[in-house]
Parts: sequence; structure tokens; C-alpha cells
Amino acid sequence: MSDPRTPDVVKEPSMLKQKAMIADNYERLTSAPEAGRKVASTYVPGNLNELIMCFDLLNNLPEINAINNGMRRKSGGMIMEAEKMGHSEDVCTYVKADIGMMAKGNIAPNGKPLPDPDVLLLSYTGCFTFMKWFELLREQYKCPTIMLHVPYEGDGETTDNMRDYVVKQLREEVIPTLEEVSGVKFDIDRLREYLAESARAEDNHVWVLESAKSKPSPIDAYFGGVYYIGPIFTAFRGTPDATEYYRLLRTEIEERMAAGKGPITPEGEMTEEKYRLVVEGPPNWTSFREFWKMFYEEGAVVVASTYTKVGGVYDFGFRHDPAKPLESLADYCLGCYTNRNLPWRVDMLQHYMDAYEADGLLVNSIKSCNSFSAGQLLMMREIERRTGKPAAFIETDLVDPRYFSQANVKNRLESYFQMIDQKRRGGSAPAAA
Amino acid sequence: MKCYIGIDLGSTTTKAVLMDPDGAVLGRGITNSRSNYATAAAVAKQEAVIGTRLTLFRRGLGEIGPPELMDAFMEDLEHSFRLEQFLEQAEDLRVTCNGFAEGPRFACKEDAATEAVDEVFRRLGDEAPAMFAPGAQRKSDFFRDIAGSRFMHIGEEVAKDAGLGFDLLLNLYDKSIIEVENRPPAGDMAGKFQRALERAIADVPELHADPETAGSAMTGALDVELEEDYVVGTGYGRVTLPFPKEHIRSEILCHGLGAHLMHPETRTVLDIGGQDTKAIQVDPDGIVENFQMNDRCAAGCGRYLGYIADEMNMGLHELGPMAMQATKSVRINSTCTVFAGAELRDRLALGEKREDILAGLHRAIILRAMSIISRSGGIRDEFTFTGGVANNEAAVKELRKLVQENYGEVTININPASIYTGALGAAAFARRAVAN
Repeated sequence: MSDPRTPDVVKEPSMLKQKAMIADNYERLTSAPEAGRKVASTYVPGNLNELIMCFDLLNNLPEINAINNGMRRKSGGMIMEAEKMGHSEDVCTYVKADIGMMAKGNIAPNGKPLPDPDVLLLSYTGCFTFMKWFELLREQYKCPTIMLHVPYEGDGETTDNMRDYVVKQLREEVIPTLEEVSGVKFDIDRLREYLAESARAEDNHVWVLESAKSKPSPIDAYFGGVYYIGPIFTAFRGTPDATEYYRLLRTEIEERMAAGKGPITPEGEMTEEKYRLVVEGPPNWTSFREFWKMFYEEGAVVVASTYTKVGGVYDFGFRHDPAKPLESLADYCLGCYTNRNLPWRVDMLQHYMDAYEADGLLVNSIKSCNSFSAGQLLMMREIERRTGKPAAFIETDLVDPRYFSQANVKNRLESYFQMIDQKRRGGSAPAAA
Repeated sequence: MKCYIGIDLGSTTTKAVLMDPDGAVLGRGITNSRSNYATAAAVAKQEAVIGTRLTLFRRGLGEIGPPELMDAFMEDLEHSFRLEQFLEQAEDLRVTCNGFAEGPRFACKEDAATEAVDEVFRRLGDEAPAMFAPGAQRKSDFFRDIAGSRFMHIGEEVAKDAGLGFDLLLNLYDKSIIEVENRPPAGDMAGKFQRALERAIADVPELHADPETAGSAMTGALDVELEEDYVVGTGYGRVTLPFPKEHIRSEILCHGLGAHLMHPETRTVLDIGGQDTKAIQVDPDGIVENFQMNDRCAAGCGRYLGYIADEMNMGLHELGPMAMQATKSVRINSTCTVFAGAELRDRLALGEKREDILAGLHRAIILRAMSIISRSGGIRDEFTFTGGVANNEAAVKELRKLVQENYGEVTININPASIYTGALGAAAFARRAVAN
């Protein structure tokens, strides 16, 4: 989740650490064939990194590759390549960027080709597109494919039945297949160790996200947040590297907080916090810097975001638990943000609005991601009604550069910020609940 | 006198409103945006100042006759002033055209070309008073449009008579028009006002205006010093305006406030401009509560109609009246402007009548707007419709129908000055900025 063209500002140790971790991982992946290592491809939401590590498998995440390509402005060409192959304009652009990347030789950011995966592990089926995506990959790679069915939390909670159902699949389907592919016998104590390591990083990760409650917020929990979730949501969770990253990050943010400093942006430190926002929806990656700039230029800081919970809603108490290894993996898969129902998501947003003392809610609706976008306008209305705070709706895309209209987005954001100003002066009260 | 100016730099037109310290609107101005916002802003502002002079003149003169005669007199005065302005700019265009009549292309034809140009402008000057007479129908009020279409028409005849190729004249016009357009007529304001006044007095003899009294009222109006205390810019071109960031307001806020000032009971505003459609919800003080805009696509905006007008080889102003002649409405795709053009040709080929197709196109535009309104929270009473498209009677007719069907009885406000809503809001923000 790191931008390889990292900002031209003073790099803090945590930034350098993350950059090195990502570079190392791509190096490990691209040299896997020579090193005799095997590779699993999987997704961010509900990813089973600790389990994958138990089988000495390397973890390749196609979504992260798509994001990387988006930020390096390569996704546009890849998407067109996929469209040439017959994929529709309306399909998830992560999928098309990935398919196009394969068609163009599957070159990793380090310039070397990524190896074909030895196993495809789909551990979250809350997004139906993921299933179709893996069908395409299975067709391409003809490798063993594991589909872990994760029931949708339609009633807003994880039931024992759901958990048992996922654990049963882990025992009977996922673990045996991974053993077979890797030739490594499953060792539950090894899993417990990784999970304990994860939990250590998770505590600091949550502390970092919640630091945005202070005023001014020392972090931007969306544009900065996507960097902060990098290690915990990807191939590093459960490693001492990730634990060390979050320890470093926490120390840096503690210092910023003590000094009363605002977030660091690509153009240096934000000096004035004029608006505190909650953001729902993923960011746009192809114009990430320009998008961010529209916020920090106006003094807008995102204090909480739902996107930074796609790989796990840790700030509501979940931790990987070595005492209940498979059960906590099941809870993790079941609990990721887009697997929650709409009322739960509304409650979560309201909690953020209140706990982080936000001035308003901004929805960034993604054209090609129905997992996120369905129902967003209704969620927004409900938050407006409950909090009496102004909300706004903008539309962009993940990694298709054709769907980022700079003038349009800027126009709406400026209007929104001025609307917050005007409302502040005019005063307003929430509607009766 | 201190004054507050709001400028709305739209994609098609640029509007300005000049407000006095009490919040009264003294003058309004409009011009085409001509891909040059700095000039457009200057021209619109100058036009608003002209409007202000006329308002001040009427105040200074007093009501010297019955209201309808006074109105006719003022209308004539304004039209006469426009005519004076037009003649001045036409003269500039003539001189500029002649300046380009040289080089190998014009070898041995310089004199003939110059004579032809002079003749074109002589004829244009002759027909100008009729074009600017009160009640005269024009496709557009902007110099470029009027002078351009007449130049094509007259130029072709003149070239034929002179045995010259029309392309020579066209070449001169093309080289000159942008230059002239970006050099708006500013010379001898007082002279133009006084000449216009003489015309108006002669045109409306029933008022028995005393030339001397009226002349000194005009001098008085022109002598008032208009001190620009604060200017606020809005609209797509706002960032290019040569003033600091605090002087820029989003057009959403400006339209919300402008609509509130025009119709204080407004709760929902629909603005259909050149390239965007906005639905805005405002509170009882005109403060914006919510808004939605068209996304990534300008189908359903004013340009949609502009494109259709081009496709049908008609003036934008002519679409609405023709659509009003329809006996039925032909169903047209509302999601893509270019496809709508293709559909239009297809329907024509199938023998549908132009007016019926146009009625369908107007319905399509309003359907698109209805969807944006519903996403912003629906229509609340009262509902104010603004922007250039609010001047289109066929669009208004469809809107009334669809509002009634979807929201029942709602008061719909359409202000004759609705195109100035954004500029009005901006002027009010300018005034408030100083007051606060």
C-alpha cells in the first residue's frame, strides 16, 4: 500500500521501514522460483497471512499490485489491455488492472516478473467479484484453488454457527490443501506464535488510528491511514517486522502529539486543522496525491475512515487470539468491514462522527466497487439525520484514471468545505432521533 | 458609492451583479465566456456597471411619467445604448479586418477587399437599429454571435457582387474576431449614454422627457463614483480570477444564497447550467444543507441543448419555442448527449416531427435533473429553478409536469433574472464579507 514514489519530504523511520519491507517482499516474490519458495495469491479482506506463513508460502496480493500500479500510473494501460481481451468497462478495475498486468508480463514494481502462484486462496467471499476474479486466475494458472465461503453478516453479528462453519472449512478444506501444495505439515503452535505477534502489532495499530481523536489530529486517518494499514493488512501481519513498524510509528506519533503537531502531507506538515472529516469508501489511487492535496490545501484532515478497516475492524475490539487460533481466524474473515450489514456500518460511522468530533461525513463512492458503494447514499442520509452534521458525496474510481474528474471533485470538495463553514456560523441541531 | 460585485464565471456565459451597501441590486451584466475568463469577467462587470448607471439615471430623473411609459423609455434607452456599443465594436472589427488585408493572398486585391469589408459594415450598420429595436428577436445578445452571423450573410452577397471569393472576407473575419472580442468597447462611455438618451427621447415622444433635465440626470448618474469595496467570484473559472482565495466562493453556496434572496421561502434549488446540473437544499436562511451534482457526464446540462441546437442547425433560443409546438413527446435517451444526437437523426429519418423530438429532448434533460434532485433529498416547498435552462419554456413545462407527478403541489419559482442567481449570491457574500 506504499507509494514507491514516496513523498519528497523528510522520511520518518517508520516510512523507511515500510518501504524496505515492501521492497523485500517483492524481491522475495520475484525470486521465489530460484529460491524454491512457493507462492499463494490471496486478497486483503480476511486474508489468512498467519496461516499462509505456517506453510512457508509467500503471500502475493493482486489488489495491492493493482494499487501499486495505480499509484505508479500504470493501471490505465493495464485496464485497457484487459478491455482488449474482452472485459467490460464496468467490471471492478482492480480485476482489470490485475488481468492487464498479467497480460503485460506480470512485472512487479522491482522490474522483475512475478511468479505464477502455486495456490489461489480466496478467504473472503463477501465480495462476489473476488470469486469471479479467482475463477479467471484459476483458468489462467491452472493451480489448486481454495474458496473459503464466508457468510455475510446480514444480521450485524457473527453467530456461533457462522464461526463453526468457517472453522470447519479451515480444518477440512483450507489446511489440507495448503499442506498438499506446500508439502509442509500444519503446526497449530506455529500458528499461535504468529497470532500472538499479530496481536502485538494490532494493539499499536489501533492506538495509531485512535490518536486522531486528539486535536489537532497528528495523523490523517485516510490518506496517511492507507500507509498505516499497509503492514497489518498484507503479507506482514504476524511478523516481527510488522510489530517493529507499528512500534516505530507509535513513537513518532506520540512525539507529534506531544508537540501539538498536525499530520505530515506530501508537501510537509499541516499547520492548520480547519475541518475534521470522517470518510466512507476507498480512495482514488491514480490521482492519490492530487486528491489528498484537495484536502490538505483547505485544512481538511480525515480523522476516521472506514476504508482503513477493510482488512479488519480492530478498533471495535477484535484481536487475533493465540488461545483460539482457528476461531479467531474465522472471526477475522467474518468481521471485515464490507462483510458488515448497512445498519452496522451506519452505527460505525456515527460512532466515528461522535468519538472523533468530526465536522462532517464525506462519501467517496467508487464507480466499480459495489461492495462498498451499494447503499452509501442512504447511509449518508442517516448520518446527516442522526448527527445534524453536513455530509457530501463525491464519485471517483479505484485504479481507472479515466474516472477521476479533477475539476468536478475539487468543485464538490470546495463547496463542501465552504458549506461546513457556513453551517458552523449558522449553527444547526440534529434532527430528533 | 461603495459597491459589492459578484461574478459568476460559467462555462458558457459570465455574469456579474452589482449591489449597493443596502443590498439592492443596481445592475447586472452578462457576456459569453469566450475561453478567456479575465476578459469575460471584465466585460460582465462593465455591463453590470452600465446597468447600474441606467438604474442611477432612472433614480436621478425620477418617475416623470406613468410607469409603463417609463419602462418603455428605459427599455428603449438600454437598447439604444446596446446599439451604440454594437456600432462601436463593429467599427473596431471593420478597422481590424482591413488591417489584415495584405500579404500574398491579397496581392492586387487589397483595395477590392477593403472596399468589400467597408461595404459589409456599412450594410451591417444600416440594419443594426432594427436588430436592437425593443422586441426584436435575436439568436443571441453577444457581439460575436450577432456580428458573425450577419457577416456571413452579408459578406457572401457583397463578395459575389464584387467578384471576390468569399473565403477572402472570411479569412479577414476569422483573423480579427477574437482580437476584437477580447477588446470590449469601452471608449467614450458618456458619449454613448448621451447618444442613446437622444434616441430614446425621440423613440418615446409620449413621455415628453425634457432633453436638458434628462441630460443632466444622465451626467449625474455617470458622475457617481462606484467604489468596488469587495468582489466575490464563483463558477468554473473562479480560480483564474485575479483576486485572492478568500474572494472565491463555490457556486453551490452562491446559487443557494442567490435563490434565497430572490425567493426567501426557497428550500430546494435546481440549477441547470452549461456543463453541470446542481440540486441544492437550503435552510430558511439560504444556507446550503446538501447538494448533488451530475457526475462525470454532462448529459442533461445546458450543453446538451447546445449540441442538439447545432445538430439541428438552430439557435439555442429557438429550441424551446419549437418544442412548445409539439403534439406529442418522442422518447429520447437521457444518458448520453452524443447518443441523443444519433437518436435525433434516427427519429427524423423515421419521419417524426422536429417539434415532437425536441419535446422529447427537453423531457430527457429534466428527467436527468429529477434524478439528481432526488439524490439530494427531493423537492421541498418552495422550489426555485435557476440557470440558463430556466429561460427555456419547454424545459420549464416538463419540469412542472414531473414535479407535480412526483412531489404534488409545490410552488415553483422561476425568476426572470434567474441566470444571475449565482452572481447575486456572490455579490451578497461580498457585501457580508465586509459587514462581518
